[in-house]
Amino acid sequence: MSVVAQEPVTPGPQPGPLTTLRTILFGRPEAKFATVVVALFIIIAAIAPWIAPYDPLTQSILAINKPPSTEHWLGTDLYGRDVLSRLIYGSRNSLLFGFISPVLAAFFGTLLGVVAGYFGGIIDRVISRLVDLLLAFPELLLAILIAAALGGGFWNIITVITIAFVPGFARVARAQTLAVKQDPFVEAAISMGVRTPVIIVRHIVPNIMAPIVALMTLWVASAIRLEASLSFLGLGTQPPNPSWGNIIRDGLQSLFGSPWPIIGAGAAITLVVLSFNLVGDAVRDALDPSTAR
Amino acid sequence: MLRNLFVRLIDTIPTLFLVLTLVFVAMRILPGDPAVAVLGDTATPEQLAVYREQMGLNVPVWQQYLDFLWGTVTLDLGRSYATGMPVTELIARNLPYTIELTVVAMILGSIVGIPLGVIAATHRNKAPDSGVRLFSLIGYAIPDFYLAALLLIVFGLNLKWFPLSGGGDPNFLDQLHHVVLPAVTLAFVKAAFLGRLTRTSLLEVFGKDYIRTARAKGATENRVIYRHGLRNAMLPIATGLGLSTLATLSGSVAVELVFNRPGIGRLLIDAIAQRDYSVIQGGVLVFAIFVVVINLVMDLLYVLIDPRVRVQ
Repeated sequence: MSVVAQEPVTPGPQPGPLTTLRTILFGRPEAKFATVVVALFIIIAAIAPWIAPYDPLTQSILAINKPPSTEHWLGTDLYGRDVLSRLIYGSRNSLLFGFISPVLAAFFGTLLGVVAGYFGGIIDRVISRLVDLLLAFPELLLAILIAAALGGGFWNIITVITIAFVPGFARVARAQTLAVKQDPFVEAAISMGVRTPVIIVRHIVPNIMAPIVALMTLWVASAIRLEASLSFLGLGTQPPNPSWGNIIRDGLQSLFGSPWPIIGAGAAITLVVLSFNLVGDAVRDALDPSTAR
Repeated sequence: MLRNLFVRLIDTIPTLFLVLTLVFVAMRILPGDPAVAVLGDTATPEQLAVYREQMGLNVPVWQQYLDFLWGTVTLDLGRSYATGMPVTELIARNLPYTIELTVVAMILGSIVGIPLGVIAATHRNKAPDSGVRLFSLIGYAIPDFYLAALLLIVFGLNLKWFPLSGGGDPNFLDQLHHVVLPAVTLAFVKAAFLGRLTRTSLLEVFGKDYIRTARAKGATENRVIYRHGLRNAMLPIATGLGLSTLATLSGSVAVELVFNRPGIGRLLIDAIAQRDYSVIQGGVLVFAIFVVVINLVMDLLYVLIDPRVRVQ
């Protein structure tokens, strides 16, 4: 964390935020590939009703477990539903959970971490102990345990994934707050009598955002994976609504029928998670150079 | 060393207590009446009363809590509502399968992952390094249940090299035959993680002065890599090993489901589907104890690997 020798700062035109974003997303060739894949999936999710060849829920007894053909590019599943259409609609679920949960977790985690780091004392001890305890559990295990209590459904899944991610954000936010709190501008604000909420919102939070945002982008991929895992276990998106996880779950039930639902949905998850991981790495390396490889 | 062990052991007691309390609270904040949830809306008040009596739900919450704590200490976790079997017996029956799977996956993952990391680090930015990087990128992204399903389709269904489901008969060879595909699935993910971790840790150590000194005094390359390099990179690798054991454990839930294999993960998932609360509670408890114990073992391993780490 500590910078030993500071480079002399050369005043010059600062690159605009858009230029920075472009360098992050299109800088390395692998980041470029990942950005294109991510963009493609976002577009597919957005225009799903117009590009899906069939309704994802319409069943057909006449076309059960069909292999790929010109009519059904990825074949049909055990209820005769078009696999490609279910994959296209499933992308909506994955991306929604992938974006909403990390943002919510970042909000609540930062709140907890900043409060613990800023006030210290007994508040810090209680929050830190709880965070340490939750961090000891792998995210998937924690999510399964909470889902066992809450059950499925859209907001329950959001809650489950959010709670699983909160401790990570809280730990980072706490550590950063402890560092920023020592800075002269915070001490100056305190001695000038600025109210505590104002100090936290105006002086602390903006200065700890970089690692939080980096973590948030990295965890989009984890959230997508987690939703897929929960749906696969029957604890996430409930049938008949399509999600990449429950498409694989259904596929396993008709293993002797057609392997295509499994192959298609799994390839989609892997590709999207891989791409979000690469984008997340690029964002982290740009925002938080201390952890760069 | 003994004092160390003792302090760490004492330290796990409040943690375990906190975990137990969280499990209890989580099972009680369920929306709705558990009796109604299990028996359905059509159950008569008499049936509901009988269920509450059986499950110990007819006493005040604080007494339920004390009963739960006492039951945990005396290994009496109640009976499964679905099968009527004692939860402790269900756990005892399933636990060996999960431990077998996790241990085999750990061994496989380590003997593949760590050497891969060494190869990547010693061939930095060359073809082997890129290959290992690609492998770990895929390993980080592929969901374990998807990989499990692919292996099942290719090696179970089409090539018929391995059985499709189950845990195997109680003889060593058949058990081994059944554990291969599930273990390879989890080991793949683990090897990807360990490979990347070993590479990073080794490269960091290779930048140290004592590596240059070792080279300068004419130590063979193998001695530099293994004696001076890998040995000093062991601490982060051991941490990673501990972390990924936990990840393997949670991965075992999905893998057990894919291969229709007995185990604690499947016991828990089946119980959730049937709303069999005492079994859910027991399954959650087993995983929580695993987490606490593995963290404890990790802490103790640090002291063994690096004597500089001591209890503060």
